[in-house]
Amino acid sequence: MNLEELKQIAEAEQEAVAPLENTVRVCVAASCLSSHSDQVKAALQSEVKERGLEHKCRVKGVGCMGLCAAGPLVEVAGERSTMYQAVTPEDAQAIVGSLGKEPVKALVLPTAQPFFASQKKIVLENCGIIDPDRIEDYIAAGGYEPLINALATMTPLEVIDEVKKSGLRGRGGAGYPTGLKWSTVQKAASEDGKYVICNADEGDPGAFMDRSVLESDPHRVLEGMAIAAYAVGANKGYIYVRAEYPLAVKRLRDAIRQAERTGLLGNDICDTRFSLRIEIRLGAGAFVCGEETALIASIEGNRGQPRPRPPYPAQSGLWGRPTLINNVETYANIAPIIRNGGAWFAGIGTQKSKGTKVFALAGRVNNTGLIEVPMGITLRDIVFKLGGGIPEGRKFKAVQTGGPSGGCVPEQYLDMPVDYESLAEVGSIMGSGGMIVMDETSCMVDVAKFFMDFCRTESCGKCIPCRVGTGHIHNLLSRISDGEADGADLELLERLCDMVRHTSLCGLGQSAPNPVSSTLRYFRDEYRAHIDQKRCASGACNIQKPAGVEA
Amino acid sequence: MKKQVQIKTLKIEGRDVSATGEQTILQVALENGIQIPRLCYVEGLSQFGACRLCLVEIKGSNKLLPACVTQVEEGMEVTVNSERLANYRKLILELLFSERNHICSVCVVNGHCELQSLAVRLGMDHISMPYLHPKMTVDASHPRFTLDHNRCVLCTRCVRVCGEIEGAHTWDVKGRGMDASIIADLNEPWGNSESCTSCGKCVHVCPTGALFEKGKSVAEMSKRKQFLPYLTLMRESWQ
Amino acid sequence: MQPFASKATTPSDDRRWKMVDATMRKHGNEPSALIESLHTVQESFGYLDEVALRYVAQSLRVPYSKVYGVSTFYHFFTLKPQGEHTCVVCTGTACYIKGAQRLLDTVGEAAGIKAGETTSDGKVSLLTARCVGSCGLAPAVVFDGQVAGKVTPDSVSQWLGKWAKPVESRAVVAQ
Repeated sequence: MNLEELKQIAEAEQEAVAPLENTVRVCVAASCLSSHSDQVKAALQSEVKERGLEHKCRVKGVGCMGLCAAGPLVEVAGERSTMYQAVTPEDAQAIVGSLGKEPVKALVLPTAQPFFASQKKIVLENCGIIDPDRIEDYIAAGGYEPLINALATMTPLEVIDEVKKSGLRGRGGAGYPTGLKWSTVQKAASEDGKYVICNADEGDPGAFMDRSVLESDPHRVLEGMAIAAYAVGANKGYIYVRAEYPLAVKRLRDAIRQAERTGLLGNDICDTRFSLRIEIRLGAGAFVCGEETALIASIEGNRGQPRPRPPYPAQSGLWGRPTLINNVETYANIAPIIRNGGAWFAGIGTQKSKGTKVFALAGRVNNTGLIEVPMGITLRDIVFKLGGGIPEGRKFKAVQTGGPSGGCVPEQYLDMPVDYESLAEVGSIMGSGGMIVMDETSCMVDVAKFFMDFCRTESCGKCIPCRVGTGHIHNLLSRISDGEADGADLELLERLCDMVRHTSLCGLGQSAPNPVSSTLRYFRDEYRAHIDQKRCASGACNIQKPAGVEA
Repeated sequence: MKKQVQIKTLKIEGRDVSATGEQTILQVALENGIQIPRLCYVEGLSQFGACRLCLVEIKGSNKLLPACVTQVEEGMEVTVNSERLANYRKLILELLFSERNHICSVCVVNGHCELQSLAVRLGMDHISMPYLHPKMTVDASHPRFTLDHNRCVLCTRCVRVCGEIEGAHTWDVKGRGMDASIIADLNEPWGNSESCTSCGKCVHVCPTGALFEKGKSVAEMSKRKQFLPYLTLMRESWQ
Repeated sequence: MQPFASKATTPSDDRRWKMVDATMRKHGNEPSALIESLHTVQESFGYLDEVALRYVAQSLRVPYSKVYGVSTFYHFFTLKPQGEHTCVVCTGTACYIKGAQRLLDTVGEAAGIKAGETTSDGKVSLLTARCVGSCGLAPAVVFDGQVAGKVTPDSVSQWLGKWAKPVESRAVVAQ
């Protein structure tokens, strides 16, 4: 496989679609699938066949289009593009009938709104457009050209340089400079080989960015891993995927097979001496396995317990060898960076946070789904412009970012830019991109308790501070929530949070107190109300008011 | 030609000390008579780094590092004792005492217990959080030994000594978080274990009265884990 | 009986063991194949029983205690047989905020079971998942492998009712 042959495949694909007047794209990613979008696709296909329109119109399954709350989504692309929402199989007649004419008004989802118009898609640029089951579609969209160019015209060091120039930071949550990580692995000496691993464990409840990329554009991730493997000198790659994502696993397996058959993975790729085999490894329901060393332990067939760092995986990782671990979204940024250059990427975003970020908007917001926006956009724009504001006219209370390792950002910071540093300053983290919007019906004590319960159940049990500390912190939060706590409980709570944060072995324990300290910082009055007046203003807690106590 | 051994110099508690090649902070400290509290570390077994009692402060960093796994660097300045570390160590011990049922007065290792000694040394004589009083069992099915889960601190010394030194790997840990507990084979009574060789190594490396010899009464069991560095030495000289 | 003395023999003629063997072979019968092999066992048999754990341990030369430790560390694996039908309620943040607890309570009231339990007639198991990634359609529930979004207590009751019917009359109800 060389650039010539790749371009031929792309051309063949483009020729096949040239005579089409319309392409009907039906989302077949997990959310829409669960609303039976496969039946919608089948109905549209049979309607097209019945009317003898196959030569003019193609119905194809595509990945996530973003506005999951309005699914199943169907997009008619052609001279006039229209997006339809909440489509059922019964609508097939009307939709096919409207091709080339006025769209079906009742189903139209206006794309002029900020949710679509204010996004900047790099990671998600192919999602909702290409068919994730066909490598030809990916190639026709320019896929695998960056890889071939890198192998044929760049040295590994030049590749790393480009990534460094881009300023890309790890999208899994910590935001570690990707170019620097690659450089460290590249420099590490190894006679037994090196590994590249893709962390697709996506454990944060409320996050489904990685899932969408894997289901909608799996080749993008494979290409990123291949470029990375070339840069650091690895010949074996693993993708560690949650078992709870069976569709993503299937799409990845199919994609790997297709890439191997096309000569883009395997031995002597594109007639160079570079070889790469990629294998899938399944997670099995342990949030802690999103932590690098625990993930490595899991691939080795062990209990997913983290190891003390240093040594870092870049030096001594999988089976003691230098290992590069990056998140799905990080890899998905690589092909465009190599295609357009690091400087192009660095031109987007803020000074220290370059590029875009994919966020999963969920909770009390009108437009729940996936968005990709440039770093530096304000929280207000995300929640009220793209998100469409709070339903039922309720009042905004806070946004939870970063999952169980993050914090709640209250109203006074709505105009802050969303980037790594700013979020850290207000006591939260960027995390993997989960954003849960809360309104006045959410109780912050209840939210803190929810996240601490999560950390407690997911704690691996190896180190004492996290194993026992999260249990006691959860008990204290329950007592506060139930109206049974006093001032001494609050004091103990804060002492324990401080200790767990500074003495835990891994990131799970170290960041478990974040939701608690963040809600204490901005909503201390709610805690005090639960303690002093036995009152929960939002009504979410099950407080039994003792007789005679004033509300 | 002999491999070049790198010598590093550093400060621990203000004292100048030297270290060879890949020694850890804990090893160098102990060599120089500086005590660092520890529970999961035992000389002769792999380091676990889990109890977090051996955390020390390093000048120039606000991260606390575990002395048992952290290799020394040239010019490092290590603080072993400080108010902050003392508070954390005490709180960690309190958590341990709250987690299961540790009742010294009726325990077979009363007076010879590493957990008890740590509490005395760190000045911990009561706890600030509620006792959890979990319902834990005792496995007395083995003819010579007993496992009392009430006294177990999940240090995994037993798991490591059986896996790394004896080679039978009878013990491991089931579950996770506070539901974790030590099991033999497929969670079978110890007496039914097919892999156990009854060597007793686990009993003697166990820091508390969780594993003990039958026939010993209150305060009568003292452990002898000196066999461990001896075995390590003998095996090295074979090779 | 000595463990691991010779090559492990397949526990029975059940063809499903061939799937397990295939997975173990694909990964070179190495100890690191443990988790993948347990996945195949659970996919094929529905749960991990003692016979399966022993067979995998012997085939991969992994100590029994380690196999047990791994099986119980990961919440995806179950050592108990599941009910005829499974209802997995997602308890991720977005679903929690949208009322996942009410759905759990609905099953609790109707079928008398809590998360992790199976009804005494073996018909329905209730499980929770920490997040199934359908946050845009919260609250989500997986009924017999099918993900359903925007689930209400009423739709939960409907599913339970459907499962409670004996097979013949269920065929009439199904669409």
